[in-house]
Amino acid sequence: MTDAHLDHGHVELSAVTLSEEFVASDTPPTPEVAEYALWLGDDALVLAQRLGQWITRAPELEEDVALANIALDLLGHARSLLRYAGSASDRTEDDLAYWREEGGFRSAHLFEQQNGDFAHTIVRQFAAAHYLYVLYDRLRASTDPVLAGVAAKAVKEVDYHRDHADQWMLRLALGTDESRRRTLRALEDVWPYVDELFHDEPLLDALDGVAIRPSTLGVAFDADIAPVLAEAGLELPQAFHAAGGGRRGQHSEYLAPLLAELQVLARQHPGASW
Amino acid sequence: MVTHHADAGRAWSAAAAVVDPEVPVLSIDDLGVLREVTVSNGGVDVVITPTYSGCPAMDAIREDVVRALASAGFADVRVRLVLSPAWTTDWISAAGRSALKDYGIAPPSAAGPVRLSLSVKCPHCGSLDTREVAHFGSTSCKALFVCTGCGEPFDHFKAL
Repeated sequence: MTDAHLDHGHVELSAVTLSEEFVASDTPPTPEVAEYALWLGDDALVLAQRLGQWITRAPELEEDVALANIALDLLGHARSLLRYAGSASDRTEDDLAYWREEGGFRSAHLFEQQNGDFAHTIVRQFAAAHYLYVLYDRLRASTDPVLAGVAAKAVKEVDYHRDHADQWMLRLALGTDESRRRTLRALEDVWPYVDELFHDEPLLDALDGVAIRPSTLGVAFDADIAPVLAEAGLELPQAFHAAGGGRRGQHSEYLAPLLAELQVLARQHPGASW
Repeated sequence: MVTHHADAGRAWSAAAAVVDPEVPVLSIDDLGVLREVTVSNGGVDVVITPTYSGCPAMDAIREDVVRALASAGFADVRVRLVLSPAWTTDWISAAGRSALKDYGIAPPSAAGPVRLSLSVKCPHCGSLDTREVAHFGSTSCKALFVCTGCGEPFDHFKAL
């Protein structure tokens, strides 16, 4: 991310004004809309950081590239959403990404789950991409023009992420005994965190027409994943539901180390640029 | 009073000549990234849109637009990045598609995204007997293919 306040030494642009707007709106969001944008932006930022941890470690070079590209798309969504969220309180996207503590983050627990083995990452990606697809597909019709604009852009990208996850789910589930065993274990481990994505919070009562009520996305999500699960011969585990709490700033033990890695450079070298 | 009409045309031409740093045969006009150039009282407002949300080339394109306009005599330049309406590969011009092919990148189909059914033509030998090696390629906008006919790998500009 770039910081509008910083002086980027190698670029001689002193004579010009650069507008940093990502979205065509001069009106800052209400505190409620900003909070909702923060939820979505934090989901994208945390998942992008997780996926980035695979770079140089994926099973094959093409997958390094794929996961990095998906992370880059998500980082783009995060930047637009955090910029919009921050404009309500005169904070930049970097202020929000680098200078909030763990309790200030509003991401759901699914996104902060550890990468685990490759099957864990793919199962998490399968849930995340299908959820984000059905969410952004509906959010395109938001009465908030900025959220609608971000969603219309993002839905096309997460559609591609969805296809990537689907193909890996089939390949892993129908591959070797070992890949199938690991996929089943990953489903057991990851799926308890899916429920939180469809949990309504009181904030939604104030955002009629602006936000998508999470509980109304479950049917579309189930229909979206069903053909893939059927083809892969997989059944969802009848597992417990993890407690969640991400929207209220309550996180699992995994978020803090992720944030430490994300924030360390900005905090140790304030104003660093390259 | 300067003739704004002539200025507007000159400003557009200057901005339109900027090329995509990742695919330097493609101007941002041919790519569909340049959306609007308006001139008022000597200042220029430029609107560009990213191909992909996280496209890191946007910062370079923004700086190149400012430089190109400065060379054309416009000192007061504002570049605004907008997301809506969302960029689509349908906005790549015919000249742009042809330039991509000559550069060795298979251009996107004109019909928007199509799942796995249409063959991608090899930009080297023209064969339709090609296969996708990886969903993602060297930049956000590309996938990696290989031609069964001539055996060469190539990038495919994904339809979006």
